[in-house]
Amino acid sequence: MPNPAFVQTDPINELNTDFEVRSLDTICINEMETKEPWTSNFKYLAIGILFGIVFVKAEIVSWFRIQEMFRLQSFHMYGVIGSAVVVGMISVFLIKKFKVKTIYGEEIHFHPRKFNKGQIYGGLLFGFGWALTGACPGPLFAQIGTGSTVVIITLLSAIAGTWVYGKFRDNLPH
Amino acid sequence: MHFIEWLRQPWPWYVAGPLIGLTVPALLVAGNKSFGISSSLRHICAACIPAKIPFFQYDWKKEAWNLFFVFGILLGGIIAGSLLANPDPVAVNPNLMQDLGKYGVNDYHGLVPPDLFNWPQLFTARGLILMVAGGFMVGFGTRYAGGCTSGHSIMGLSTLQWPSLVATCCFMAGGFIMSNLILPIILSL
Repeated sequence: MPNPAFVQTDPINELNTDFEVRSLDTICINEMETKEPWTSNFKYLAIGILFGIVFVKAEIVSWFRIQEMFRLQSFHMYGVIGSAVVVGMISVFLIKKFKVKTIYGEEIHFHPRKFNKGQIYGGLLFGFGWALTGACPGPLFAQIGTGSTVVIITLLSAIAGTWVYGKFRDNLPH
Repeated sequence: MHFIEWLRQPWPWYVAGPLIGLTVPALLVAGNKSFGISSSLRHICAACIPAKIPFFQYDWKKEAWNLFFVFGILLGGIIAGSLLANPDPVAVNPNLMQDLGKYGVNDYHGLVPPDLFNWPQLFTARGLILMVAGGFMVGFGTRYAGGCTSGHSIMGLSTLQWPSLVATCCFMAGGFIMSNLILPIILSL
């Protein structure tokens, strides 16, 4: 007869049986139903280029600006993040209110996120890395673009970190 | 002042912040895409080193848009760093300059300090922690948290998700601890 202490169920695996992109990762994903031709990816390339220019010109990807932020020595980063959130909130409000559709005529989807402890542990770890490297994932790409070639190593290390998380995620508290 | 000269100056927060905020509706309207960048690291793993790990077994090709998006950020960095480059050193708070000077960081050209982030530094304890350990924590931490500053702090807060508020507070807490308490020790290595 099995010892009841060992028959406990694993809550993570019970909740996340699909391991699809959606699992524990309700963001940054493609919600489109229409199949776009691959050339339409250039649209996102263009948005990325504009975004990268803003990153660099506003010095958001600057290690110095990140240090100033965490030492409360400059308002700059708080102004950037704060105004970005306000503009984002207003945009989402307007999209919902006027039922704005995509250029393909699809309804725009929003999915609620579930809380899990990863947001705390992972968040703190990311904060450590952010202050060390002066970059979050987006700025890493922009920093390399501006000619700091050694940041390629930081990016490869970030990819390795993501992979190690994927490998051991079942053993981590969520 | 000529337009291009104006573009070359560092942009103030009230120009940059709203432009970043507008990325949220731009991606949604362009094709129902939720704004977020750290997922690109997961897609790269799924495309290059899936290793039969369930977390990396999904249709990454459907998410290829995200890889085009980050490649665009790289190109944007090249454009801004060459054509629109600010010729002056980064204007930094004098307190920070004084503090960093103690650790031999005196060069304020470029977006990352050339005194800390260069190839020879990679082979020192200090550089190894800053670049390799720092990068690892960025990649591991964002995926563990389910998103980064763009996904949680911008997209998540824009859609009023409270788990994203928790994540954002933890990002900031981690940054404060590292910058003020741990980084001085690392810099003095």
